[in-house]
Amino acid sequence: MTISTSDKPFLERVKESEQDKFMQASVAKSQDAQWDKREASRKELGNWPQWRDLGEQIRQHVIKYLPDYLEEFSDNIEKRGGHVYFAKTDKEAAAYITNLAKEKQAHKIVKSKSMVTTEINLDKELLKIPGTQLMETDLAEFILQEDDWAEPTHIVFPALAKNRDQVKEIFDKLGYEGDNDPEHLARFAREYLRRYFLQADFGITGCNFAIADSGLINLVTNEGNADLTMAIPKTQVVVMGMERIVPSLKEAETLDNMLSRSAVGQKLTSYCSFSGKQVEGEADGPEDFHVVIVDNGRSNALGTPFEPVLQCIRCGACLNVCPVYRHIGGHGYGSIYPGPIGAVLSPVLDGYEKFGDLPFASSLCAACTETCPVRIPLHRLLIKHREVMMDKLKMDHSFSDKIMKMVGVGTSAPVLFNMALDMDHPMMGVLSTKDQGSVENEYNSGRIKQTGMMPKLARGWTDVRDLPRPPKKNENFRHWFKQHKAALEAQKHD
Amino acid sequence: MKVVIFSTCIVDLFFPNVGAAMTEVLERFGCETFMPVKQICCGQPTYNSGYVKASQKVFRNEIDALLSVDADYIVGPAGSCVNMLREYRILLKDDPEYAEKAKQVADKTYEFSQFLYRVLNVIDAGAELDAKATYHRSCHMTRLLGERTAPFKLLDHVKDLQMEPLPHIENCCGFGGMFSAKEPEISKQMVDEKVDDVLSTGAQVLISADPSCLMNIAGRFSRRNEKIKIMHIAEVLNHNVNPERIKFHEPLGVEQEVRP
Repeated sequence: MTISTSDKPFLERVKESEQDKFMQASVAKSQDAQWDKREASRKELGNWPQWRDLGEQIRQHVIKYLPDYLEEFSDNIEKRGGHVYFAKTDKEAAAYITNLAKEKQAHKIVKSKSMVTTEINLDKELLKIPGTQLMETDLAEFILQEDDWAEPTHIVFPALAKNRDQVKEIFDKLGYEGDNDPEHLARFAREYLRRYFLQADFGITGCNFAIADSGLINLVTNEGNADLTMAIPKTQVVVMGMERIVPSLKEAETLDNMLSRSAVGQKLTSYCSFSGKQVEGEADGPEDFHVVIVDNGRSNALGTPFEPVLQCIRCGACLNVCPVYRHIGGHGYGSIYPGPIGAVLSPVLDGYEKFGDLPFASSLCAACTETCPVRIPLHRLLIKHREVMMDKLKMDHSFSDKIMKMVGVGTSAPVLFNMALDMDHPMMGVLSTKDQGSVENEYNSGRIKQTGMMPKLARGWTDVRDLPRPPKKNENFRHWFKQHKAALEAQKHD
Repeated sequence: MKVVIFSTCIVDLFFPNVGAAMTEVLERFGCETFMPVKQICCGQPTYNSGYVKASQKVFRNEIDALLSVDADYIVGPAGSCVNMLREYRILLKDDPEYAEKAKQVADKTYEFSQFLYRVLNVIDAGAELDAKATYHRSCHMTRLLGERTAPFKLLDHVKDLQMEPLPHIENCCGFGGMFSAKEPEISKQMVDEKVDDVLSTGAQVLISADPSCLMNIAGRFSRRNEKIKIMHIAEVLNHNVNPERIKFHEPLGVEQEVRP
């Protein structure tokens, strides 16, 4: 399994991200711009909540009848003369494609951005074939490829963590002589890639939606590279996650509309194509056509509370609104699927041992749930992961577990809680200072700056911020309320 | 009208002024208030941390306490905690003993500013505050409870109060309950950006309807030794009140109802 992008522990990745100020600035800038563009494009469509209902229904329906739709799709591919391969694992999928490339004696392979090919580690496998060249044709993926196959940090904008100067540096090595203007950089890449395209004999694309009733592949891009990858090479492989199905063109149209607006804030991407194997009467398209349908852990979600994660249409909107992603970036998550969707999906695909930190790396602010076009209850699924880890697998053996159990007891026993309200002021005395510092009306009873040698869960708060000292027993709200009622009562009798 | 005060553990533990201000405002508008002392906490600290089993007892205790007085409404000074009570409806739907009670609680629970604006139809609470302020919109109140309007409407009518829009108002302050203690490395970066945004407005006062967000943001202000005054919206609406200024609006139509 290769959705992992780092062997370092979670906290180390977070610290590295914090030091990467270029990345943080790029992500923040992009998020801010997307807030405007995405919301405007959705507003323009009108009735967005109802569109979301529809999107959710379509996706839930497909997941419910997934085996049937996969069979229908597969039959239709074969009817058109294509081949379908069902891969249980990433290794099976990559092996099928590399064997095919060897068999076809592919010299120049072109790829267009696809998360699932990253997931199955396809690039690295293809590069091992002697005498075969591989070119990624999506601009952002091309940048990463030329940066020694760097890992993507966003599912829609893979090179989001790189700024224009870094891109220029990478392109300089390829003979680029211009400035850092993104338009000039893009033009250079376009010309560079175009030459390669014309000689390509083997194409690999992902798949936005697979149309069950016609066996067509729906691809949306802003660069047209996926269309060229489909049109020019004689042999063509489409790689898709097994959940990427829609019943017919009608549902694809609905979802494309929502995908483009959610992903990039556009009505529709510049290119949106529906294609497949070249059939009689067509001038272009592949003569030899293969579809690889990948499970690779997706069926772990079927029939579980995590099933809604398969509704995902990979728009990346949840990454673009996530305040945690904003700071830790793709690198922090350590998965090719970062952000809220990644924090839910990565443990489903590859387990808690590797990705158990991710569901806790969320303030549960629910910006993800609010923006998801197909209504995946992302923040609820994060809580569900936490429940599985704590209640079912009992994975936390640290002192935090004991603290949380104490919190559970303390917040369900009124006698204990009322006792705590009486005692907390004196008990916190040792740790408190009387001065109110720079903040007015917050530390009326004093301020706690350090909780010393406490375990992390108790210390985490004061590691970064001050804590108010609880009020004295005769100054807390309950006491005030009692006095207040007594005073009202006394007034009545006067 | 009888109102049970849902005090929330955070107000009980740290913020007597918030509870007192809320009580006084509600009474000013004719509510008879009750404060059941067996109530503790909505259960988010354990539930959101994955201790769902242990949370059942917390939920049950809270429900029993809040229903111990036969009141018309339950009103709390924290959007996030109020939303949790509303979610009891879903969380306890399969509990044969508590499903019905959970629904009762959920149906009559309101966040303070929401209650004022939507149930009591208050538009001007009669308050005055001569200050430049900004408002932090808490995530759960906005996105889960679905209340996007009430606090802004009420604050707009406070005499002499100059409200400055807060940049990146949609971003979480980094509190997130136990998240703030469990992941301080990430939480710090989030709250730092929030502090910077508040500072950029030039506001003297930071207002919110969620005391826990305020505790987080204020805590970072304090640690950074930056000046600010913190006020819960109940404290603002209870400040220098002149009853002659109080105004009501026409009852809101059905289309104005909150839909998360």
